[in-house]
Amino acid sequence: MSKDWKSYQPLLVPAIRDLHEISVYEKNNGYQALKKILKNRKTWTPANVVNEVKTANIRGRGGAGFNAGLKWSFMPEPDGEPRYLACNGDESEPGTFKDRKIFEFNPHQFIEGAIIAAYAMQIDVIYVYIRGEYRPFVLKLQDAIDQAYEKGYLGEKILGSDFSVEMHTHMGAGAYICGEESSLMESLEGKRGYPRVKPPFPAQRGLWGRPTTINNIETLANVPLVMQHGADWYLGIGPKTHPGPVLYGISGHVNRPGVYEYQAGMDIMTLINEVAGGVRGGKKLKALIPGGSSTPPLRADMLEGVTMDSESLRDAGSMMGTAGMVVLDEDTDMVELIWRISYFYDHESCGQCTPCREGTGWLEKTLRKIKDGNGEMRDLDLLLAICYRMEGRTICALADAAAWPVRYSIDRFREEFEKKCKKTVYAVA
Amino acid sequence: MAEKHTFDDKDLKEIEKLTAKYPDKQSAVLPVLWYAQDKFGHTDPAVQRLVSKTLGVPEAHIRGVVSFYTQFYEKPMGKNVLDVCTCLSCQVSGGYDMLHYIEEKLGIKAGQTTPDGEFSVQSVECLGACGYAPMLQVTNDKFVNHLTREKVDKLIEDLRTGKQPDFESNPMPQHEKGS
Repeated sequence: MSKDWKSYQPLLVPAIRDLHEISVYEKNNGYQALKKILKNRKTWTPANVVNEVKTANIRGRGGAGFNAGLKWSFMPEPDGEPRYLACNGDESEPGTFKDRKIFEFNPHQFIEGAIIAAYAMQIDVIYVYIRGEYRPFVLKLQDAIDQAYEKGYLGEKILGSDFSVEMHTHMGAGAYICGEESSLMESLEGKRGYPRVKPPFPAQRGLWGRPTTINNIETLANVPLVMQHGADWYLGIGPKTHPGPVLYGISGHVNRPGVYEYQAGMDIMTLINEVAGGVRGGKKLKALIPGGSSTPPLRADMLEGVTMDSESLRDAGSMMGTAGMVVLDEDTDMVELIWRISYFYDHESCGQCTPCREGTGWLEKTLRKIKDGNGEMRDLDLLLAICYRMEGRTICALADAAAWPVRYSIDRFREEFEKKCKKTVYAVA
Repeated sequence: MAEKHTFDDKDLKEIEKLTAKYPDKQSAVLPVLWYAQDKFGHTDPAVQRLVSKTLGVPEAHIRGVVSFYTQFYEKPMGKNVLDVCTCLSCQVSGGYDMLHYIEEKLGIKAGQTTPDGEFSVQSVECLGACGYAPMLQVTNDKFVNHLTREKVDKLIEDLRTGKQPDFESNPMPQHEKGS
């Protein structure tokens, strides 16, 4: 799949100077997909746009990997009352730093994608939810939105048609959970970010009780590509089951960390060794977290032939997540690392569901005990029992996200955990 | 006794613009709290009361929101808040070393403020700059990436004289070798 990666030309964030300026974006085919749709509305009815995007199989880039067009098709028929699109730029999953590239370098492609999505789902208002820590990037996006209003791509009667849509930014204030779609809606409604029980799903009852779709920023930036070049063209990029360009955020122990854009399905070892310049200091690779802190870590020996797409990573025992890859060298203390991840989830649990509120705390405390050298073998059993009591037992997936790294790390780096639990005589684990 | 914190006419006009983005006033709680924090430096109970009165949303609700979101300061902080990331990529790239260096340099621990009120230091969760670790954020605004002791020294010196860091752009490596 990644044979021709060296000749790959970025599509989401192309190397064009000042592309964030609307005039530059327009000169480089910007807003052409939107124009094409609005000029040929008999061909490009909202339903046809949804179908085209569905056929292109844009897998959601926020972590779940769900077909974006299919998600759009869940919106009910319009009834004359407001409908909303919420764009998810919360980007709080540790190891993830990709959407900010779009805000900084190519905001108009995202804006165009969001407008097309609004057209396809007959939506009136778009909210862009961005984490509060990204304030400088919120301001950059706001500049781009203002430009788009001035040029008539947003607001009343877009490009002379009878299609109108508004776009607003909304800044979070430091809460990982607000990247969860129902929590994001609560936060947009000015409340604490407590995830909602589903059903009803957002398409049935979302923002202010009205039909709402939530899409990731990078997902929406893919939409103009599909509408301009067609679903068939898009399906030709990367694996058919997980097509299109992907922003790979590579961090940790590599020589050249950063966000890189290539087709989906890139070979993991190629990404680490060739794209990111290999492991820092000539050290050996120990493990990889492939898609943000909640995706189970993979040992180096599990990475042979694995590619960055949902199916390959699932078979390898992890997930694509946000493609925020954290590379770990041989000197990494996995117990310290997993303790810190647990600390994160303990801090970020909203506290609504008991298994998560209490479970994340117990994971953190038990791992802290082990990393400080006070561990007993039975603590490993305790950790696994806590995971079991968290997974699938809560309103949202934060509990799973907290449990998985612990469960899979104990499984995959067992010796390291046992070494720190040598005090006990009760070798029951 | 007059209220310590008030919104003037200009503020109220800005707040009106913020509330206009939403179908109801409650939804503007986060943006208005941000506005208030920019003006007063924090969102302590007195500020919460002001926001409550301005929006007509119960004070208890405002308090709930402020206490839920990490970036709203429930009490006054130092003039400069240094949020040092110690999470995941920053953890494995020397984030704690930088935190400890800053703690030592300022003579305070994470969560504290210097006696002169110039600096607060916090150890925070992932800020979304994983490829540029270790890093910190200055008072909920600019990111300072690729921290070294020298860079920290310079930053603290600058902040003491009132100079805020510039926005650091981190281009995609493909762009650098490309066009």
